[in-house]
Amino acid sequence: MSAPEKAGRKARPRRTSSRVLSTTLKYLCSASAFLISGILLAVIGYFVSIGGSAINWQLFSELPQARGMEGYPGGMLNAILGTCVLLVLASVVGIPVGILTGIFLSEYGSESRIAAPARFVCDVLAGVPSIVVGILGYELLVVPIGHYNGYAGAFALAIVMIPIVARSTEEMLRLVPNTIREASIALGATRAHTIMKVVLPAATGGVVTGVMLAMARVASETAPLLFTALGSRLLTLDPSQPLPSLTVHIFNQATGPYREEQTQAWAGMLILILLVFVLNLAVRFSLRKSTLKLG
Amino acid sequence: MATVIPLSGAQAASSRLPHAASTTLPPRVEEERGPARGRVFEAISRSEAFPSEIHESLLAEPAVVEVRDFRLWYARKQALFDISMRIPRGKLTALVGPSGCGKSTLLRSVNRLNDLVDGVSIEGDMLLNGDSIYGRSVDVIDLRKRIGMVFQKPNPFPMSIFENVVYALRIDGVRDTRVLEEVCERSLRGAGLWDEVKDRLRESALQLSGGQQQRLCIARAIAAEPEVLLLDEPCSALDPIATGRIEDLIEELKGDYSILMVTHNMQQASRTSDFTAFLYLGRLVEYGPTNDIFLKPRLRETEDYVTGRFG
Ligand SMILES: Nc1ncnc2c1ncn2[C@@H]1O[C@H](COP(=O)(O)OP(=O)(O)OP(=O)(O)O)[C@@H](O)[C@H]1O
Ligand SMILES: [Mg+2]
Repeated sequence: MSAPEKAGRKARPRRTSSRVLSTTLKYLCSASAFLISGILLAVIGYFVSIGGSAINWQLFSELPQARGMEGYPGGMLNAILGTCVLLVLASVVGIPVGILTGIFLSEYGSESRIAAPARFVCDVLAGVPSIVVGILGYELLVVPIGHYNGYAGAFALAIVMIPIVARSTEEMLRLVPNTIREASIALGATRAHTIMKVVLPAATGGVVTGVMLAMARVASETAPLLFTALGSRLLTLDPSQPLPSLTVHIFNQATGPYREEQTQAWAGMLILILLVFVLNLAVRFSLRKSTLKLG
Repeated sequence: MATVIPLSGAQAASSRLPHAASTTLPPRVEEERGPARGRVFEAISRSEAFPSEIHESLLAEPAVVEVRDFRLWYARKQALFDISMRIPRGKLTALVGPSGCGKSTLLRSVNRLNDLVDGVSIEGDMLLNGDSIYGRSVDVIDLRKRIGMVFQKPNPFPMSIFENVVYALRIDGVRDTRVLEEVCERSLRGAGLWDEVKDRLRESALQLSGGQQQRLCIARAIAAEPEVLLLDEPCSALDPIATGRIEDLIEELKGDYSILMVTHNMQQASRTSDFTAFLYLGRLVEYGPTNDIFLKPRLRETEDYVTGRFG
């Protein structure tokens, strides 16, 4: 009798301590989750309380007006459209190149010598301050053309985008178990067929999330646009000319001296957040409709 | 070729169950054994070549796959040594042996899946119905279309049940819905899954249970009517009931297909297979009719393994 009792007494403290540890960990994790949600809500609440009053239909339907003109301070229709143009152009280049790079790194990387350098370059590029990317765009596409233009802005944004998309795609493809690749190959499929029909579909959710993150990041970039797309007070969709964007517009208004414009800058930020949010929902929704519910 | 040593013990055949674990062996009489017995492991440990003990009845069987002096290295580590064996057509051949002895490697060599592994090199050749598998001019893609494979863990593709089954046909560009539906039904019936899924062919295959997924993988493997079916421990990730169903299924497929199956389960091997090959440390030790391998193996090493004395 005494031996098991002793063993039990000895074992109990350890169990208690591990229970304490597990409870503590649980509470720490929940606390962090609450904290982060709280911060997000506080930020949004702050934006709404300051910029919310400035949100009106004008913002979406009118152009900015100079001080002293009728309708001052006007709206930001041109900036919203400009951001959309830049985002589309950057995505058209950045998403395919990023995804193809990710596929290369994950699927062909082991047999290629340039995979390791390519991965390294991606990581460095992802860490480069985005203003440096802006200067690159300036040197490559502004100086030769002779004036600021939207293509240079889109190029800079694409450069920001590619490493993010590439690395997230690679990580997601690596999570796909090798045995389904083998099953496809064993049925007589080529590598390309296997990647397109089996590996990518298996990783769709993760790949899309990476793309969304990259788009959101790029939509909210200001620095790469200052030296490239520059900004404009005109309504224009022509990327060969200086192109307005929400971020640069917000930057200009927020750093200006006038109260009306500063308030509008807050409203602009709300619109930006909304834009990213809507984009996110739209992609997720269309994805859910077009593919089967997987796993 | 090794000499034949007839086992004199009349007790061997009928009285013993093929189930290795439940068998009590009669006391071993050393004099009954031929010269080769007990020497195989010694030879291996001295890295000497020794002839595989291959039972003569195999020679009469027409071969679907013929392995000729096959050797394989992972980088510098040799995993298969001078394997020569004929896999009979229309029969179920089991590959048994302790973990790491090269069963999967041998199986994956038949459809050249090992080509995907970095640093693999091979010597020798295999023949699929007389056609070289490793010859220079072989189109690996065409070769793989003639061979079906089922893996240890069920690995359905992330698509509908229907698309999973007709995957091989899609590769060949078959578009005709009637053909696809016909093949889908035939394959699912063949895999004993039709009744369970016929109303939800368009749903994701990932929603099926593990055992259903494995039968789906079998349906997928037989959809293109392969000349040989490779099974690598197809039941090891399943519960006993699902295992039983797959075993029954394999039994049914036996007549129509030539099957090469890796298994760790001696009862499964003895119950389902026609022939059994015992591999050890990358060598083919003994290969013969399953009954003989389990009831009157010629080599002591084989007997020790199938009766569970080591491994
Ligand atoms: N990809 C690989 N790279 C290097 N060595 C490998 C590789 N795959 C297998 N091996 C080695 O080859 C030998 C045979 O492995 P194999 O997987 O064929 O064994 P097995 O008989 O199927 O074992 P198990 O019963 O555990 O599945 C082992 O020693 C293993 O370590
Ligand atoms: Mg194995």
